Amino acid sequence: MISGGSGAGKTLLLRAIADLDPHQGELRLEDVPSHNMPATRWRAQVCYVSSESQWWSDRVAEHFATAAPELCQSLGFPPDVLEWAVRRLSSGERQRLALARALALRPRVLLLDEPTANLDPDNTARVERLVCEYCKKENAAVLWVSHDPEQRRRLAQRHWVIEAGRVREENPATP
Amino acid sequence: MIHLSNLDLAIAALLVLALAFFAGRHHGPLGRQILIAGIRTTVQLLLIGLVLKALFADARLIWVLLMALVMLVVAGYEVRARQHRRFTGAWGYGIGSLSMFMSSFTVTFFALWVVIGTDPWYQPQYAIPLLGMLLGNTMTGVSVAMDRLNQSAWEQRERIEARLMLGHSAREAISHLRQQAVRSGLIPIINAMTAAGIVSLPGMMTGQILAGAPPVEAVKYQILVMFLIAVGTGLGTLGAVAISCRRLFDERQRLRLDRLREA
Repeated sequence: MISGGSGAGKTLLLRAIADLDPHQGELRLEDVPSHNMPATRWRAQVCYVSSESQWWSDRVAEHFATAAPELCQSLGFPPDVLEWAVRRLSSGERQRLALARALALRPRVLLLDEPTANLDPDNTARVERLVCEYCKKENAAVLWVSHDPEQRRRLAQRHWVIEAGRVREENPATP
Repeated sequence: MIHLSNLDLAIAALLVLALAFFAGRHHGPLGRQILIAGIRTTVQLLLIGLVLKALFADARLIWVLLMALVMLVVAGYEVRARQHRRFTGAWGYGIGSLSMFMSSFTVTFFALWVVIGTDPWYQPQYAIPLLGMLLGNTMTGVSVAMDRLNQSAWEQRERIEARLMLGHSAREAISHLRQQAVRSGLIPIINAMTAAGIVSLPGMMTGQILAGAPPVEAVKYQILVMFLIAVGTGLGTLGAVAISCRRLFDERQRLRLDRLREA
């Protein structure tokens, strides 16, 4: 879990880890440095889900590398969601489907930037459950940016705070 | 061919003055802009008339090449000037100039050497006007397409990066912008070919007919020129967009909008 004031650099950190911005320092995934694999493979395995999802085609299905109806169902969507038109989606629906299309890639690491910011408590619970189950099943890691102390208490194994350009680890028991 | 006297041109110039006067009264700076453009066209064309006269009298390859180089440099400058967001450094000038050079010069050389078969191949009466028409049209295609590509990449940064985040390649992530850019660069010449002879009589052919050439000969030259322009514009635009698309990303396929600067 990561927290910190707005403009502290949380998003920049996640973007650098996804290798979207030029950065210093070395990234390794299971001992393979990022520069030893194609950028496309790195980003599919270290998948960044931004706080505002973007959609470039008309239908939901066109944004999925592989159709994953069961992922969408566990986020509370009916099975025909892949046929829906993107422009009819609410912001909360977009946010959940953006998580689903990322999970469909079966990444080893998830970088989640406030994934429950626009969601009601029911859907927040669905997202938290799905991500936790995914991590257990796939043995994947998550870096989760959250402003919600309750959420951090529920989910965090470790907690870092970014402030004044520094990253500091907090005791997860006192978020 | 009926010779135009200076008086004839002066009468036409009076019409432009009248236009500038009326436009200026209601639309402020527009009148001044019309006047300046009118003066520029007079001076520039008179000068090029003198240059061509000297060039035709002393048709040496070195002079033709020098003239061609000047035209290319100016065209490259114009392409850069018409872009709202241009690449920083030498790329801003280089991408447009290189792709125009590759397309216009190759197509002109091909037309002179293989199609028309002038002797020598660089005979300036053919080489300079052909290159001029090709460069002029290619310049428009290249500048419109590059402007469109850079501007839309800037506006759609989040969408492009969203695709990169899902493991798409740079090529996939920018493919739809690339298509639009090439399309907008090529629409003018496609329209010109479609409308030629029905809606509009192309300028080159009109000029030849006014100068007394038989219409069917003029038409044949116009068809040749249209085809050459289409190929030149097409290759130049495709080339410029391809290089720009590469330059918009780095070796790790990151979108690098920091390589663009607002004009």
